Amino acid sequence: MKARIKFRKYGSLRFIGHLDVMRFFQKVMRRADIPIAFSGGYSPHMIMSFANPLGIGLTSDGEYFDIELTEAVNSADAVRRMNEACQIEGIEIVSIRRIAEEKKMTGMTILAGADYLTSVRKGAFPEGWKEQFSEFMEQLEIRIVKQTKRSEKEVDIKPLIYAWELRGDSVYLKVAAGSVENLKPDLVMEAFCQFLGIEPDSVKFQHHRLEMYTDRSEDGSLIPLEAMGVDMTGDEE
Amino acid sequence: MRKLALDDDILLEIEKPARYIGGEVNAVMKNVEDIDVRFAMCFPDVYEIGMSHLGIQILYDMFNHREDVWCERVYSPWHDLDKVMREQQIPLFALESQDPIKDFDFLGITIQFEMCYTNILQILDLSQIPLHAKDRTLDDPFVIGGGPCTYNPEPIAEFFDIFYIGEGETAYDELLDAYKEWKGSGKSRREFLERAAQIEGLYIPIFYDAEYNEDGTLKSFTPNNEYAPAVVKKQIVMDVTDAPYPMKPVVPFIKVTQDRVVLEIQRGCIRGCRFCQAGMLYRPVRERNVERLKQYAHDMLQNTGHEEISLSSLSSSDYSELKELVTYLIDEFKNKGINISLPSLRIDAFSLDVMSKVQDIRKSSLTFAPEAGSQRMRDVINKGLTEEVILNGAGEAFEGGWTKVKLYFMLGLPTETEEDMKEIAHLAEKVARRYYEIPKDQRHGKCQITASSSFFVPKPFTPFQWAPMCKAEEYMRRAHLVNDEFKEQLNRKSLKYNWHDAEVTVLEGIMARGDRKISKAIEEAYRLGCLFDSWTESFHNELWMQAFENTGVDIDFYNLRERGEDELFPWDFIDIGVTRKFLRREWDRAMEEKVTPNCRMQCSGCGAAKFGGGVCYEGKN
Repeated sequence: MKARIKFRKYGSLRFIGHLDVMRFFQKVMRRADIPIAFSGGYSPHMIMSFANPLGIGLTSDGEYFDIELTEAVNSADAVRRMNEACQIEGIEIVSIRRIAEEKKMTGMTILAGADYLTSVRKGAFPEGWKEQFSEFMEQLEIRIVKQTKRSEKEVDIKPLIYAWELRGDSVYLKVAAGSVENLKPDLVMEAFCQFLGIEPDSVKFQHHRLEMYTDRSEDGSLIPLEAMGVDMTGDEE
Repeated sequence: MRKLALDDDILLEIEKPARYIGGEVNAVMKNVEDIDVRFAMCFPDVYEIGMSHLGIQILYDMFNHREDVWCERVYSPWHDLDKVMREQQIPLFALESQDPIKDFDFLGITIQFEMCYTNILQILDLSQIPLHAKDRTLDDPFVIGGGPCTYNPEPIAEFFDIFYIGEGETAYDELLDAYKEWKGSGKSRREFLERAAQIEGLYIPIFYDAEYNEDGTLKSFTPNNEYAPAVVKKQIVMDVTDAPYPMKPVVPFIKVTQDRVVLEIQRGCIRGCRFCQAGMLYRPVRERNVERLKQYAHDMLQNTGHEEISLSSLSSSDYSELKELVTYLIDEFKNKGINISLPSLRIDAFSLDVMSKVQDIRKSSLTFAPEAGSQRMRDVINKGLTEEVILNGAGEAFEGGWTKVKLYFMLGLPTETEEDMKEIAHLAEKVARRYYEIPKDQRHGKCQITASSSFFVPKPFTPFQWAPMCKAEEYMRRAHLVNDEFKEQLNRKSLKYNWHDAEVTVLEGIMARGDRKISKAIEEAYRLGCLFDSWTESFHNELWMQAFENTGVDIDFYNLRERGEDELFPWDFIDIGVTRKFLRREWDRAMEEKVTPNCRMQCSGCGAAKFGGGVCYEGKN
């Protein structure tokens, strides 16, 4: 039986990398006695797959991983047990929900978008940046050089920005995420710095992920990954 | 939310920020307002090494059980952060509260190996605590050292206010109570140290004077303070079953060297290998009750969520309830996805059976530690392992499906001849031959015999404490001689030989048996930039040599001399229970190539019986 867990990552936990978060949850599963399934072989490991690893330095209200259960659990009870087992400041389990059994439905493959809240952590934008941000977003194209492991190429990121909004001194962005198209908020802000004509290193940002979405909804609109699942009573078979 | 000592820019810039943020599962947080004594516990190496140390976890747990004490952890900042902290003058901080160490009452440093001495100076320096104990004031913490290297604390004596000699579980309560009484009493730092000097097992270096003979050897070592005892007694826990043990060890976020539940099944070793310091220091052997260990295994796995459990002791096979314990661990935890790791097991039918259950035979290797190639040499060092035992063990293992064997040796042992050295290659060859005796259709390809040698460093409180060492060039000559011999072997393609670096050995030698005079060389090496000397990539021998030259300390005096039978050693003021008379008798027997039976076969009257328990009294109740 497959289940999807949603969690928050905040505070000093932003300095813990993805692989270590995974190891952390493996230990949480043991401490909380969650009936998680193991792979076979001589060194069995827990069947656990993360939707989209969060980079070091980022915080989030909407992180996801999918697991395989050997039996159903009561969702509310399991959330409570896992939170007790987390024990630390910086991780909070939000939900555990049963998801469809089909393969290729894990968070990683169906991920299509993500929301971020981005704010200035160090340095400052020039006066009137908010108006300029609107102008920046209203361009037909936003071209920027994207560094990949092997090469660099100029891309237009405008089509990958699905929505945006100024929220106080922060910027809200809904962008493409997943294995096909993926846009990091840092790249958007880098393009904005170029647009402003300021040194890219003069302003540093704090990015906070709010939610992750899939487009496998009935009408193809983006719905939160969590919405693909249902709460368990513990009696399911 | 917890505030961190380092800002985001630093943490995002350096390697593995998780080393410095604390906040791990089972880390102990307390309210500073409710605390009388703040204790910073330090392992002077990087987080991943320090977090793997059981001793600190025991003391951390024990201290924090006291409501009036908050014990926190601190490790050596890696090179990258070290640089930033110096540039920005950020004081070194403890992981839990993220508060500066200099505001603590105590800084306790565990000293596990000699090559961490420059790291100790880094800790003090970054903490902004004066390096020399004599320069510290009421504003500074008391710096206290513990661990195996404190059995000869003299090379680093000037940097410490107090050394705790022996096992930490016994005398700390008394020290902490004395501190509470002293704190706020208006008395001087010296008065507290005088009080501490009266606690058994505590050594206060400034209360002792060393005088030297013209040839540089120690002439006398005497207390200069009426409260300091002439002899400092090793502390030891006789009831290890009821001794404190951490049921909730801290679980690191990042992968550390020892990333598992560790069950210490016993302390001490019955074997009496003449090169082994731990084997003498931790006498007598004391076993932990097996039912208690089963309970610990269960509780600690539950409290940590670790996926592996390991046994810890100097020689697990000598634990009398081993079979019972291992069978329980396998039955109870194997099918819950818990790995069971069994280091330091003697290879026999039982251990092979157990290992075949807990590991993948084709991938894992079997380890033997003959320590020396020839039987003559093994008799000299009192290593009971015979060629027959090794070949039988390897044979059984090969028939059971294993193809990889590791063999550990030492070079540069006392009385070693070229023939003894070459026998290392011959022994490896015999193991390989034993493999190829198995019919071709029943074996799995080639075997892989890996022999490794380190160079022997004579340690205080061992029968070899009188032994001379060699120069680095001589060590390398010996390693090359062994390597050449390996190339002559029939099955050389199945054999591999590795050897350790000789330069570090020479330094370990001088630190292990040095006196107070060498502390200036250590300080100079640190000033010249030596740090993390136990890390190959950070080790700069030329800087060390420069430091010895600048300070006029003669390495050869400490390393190349065979010490006289009656020479006064810098560590002789410590009483470990085992007598100097016994050690000398063992030295003589080594020269006569005579083996001494282990503690369970026959008591050799080493002196440890005076502690009134352990193996010395087995079957005598």
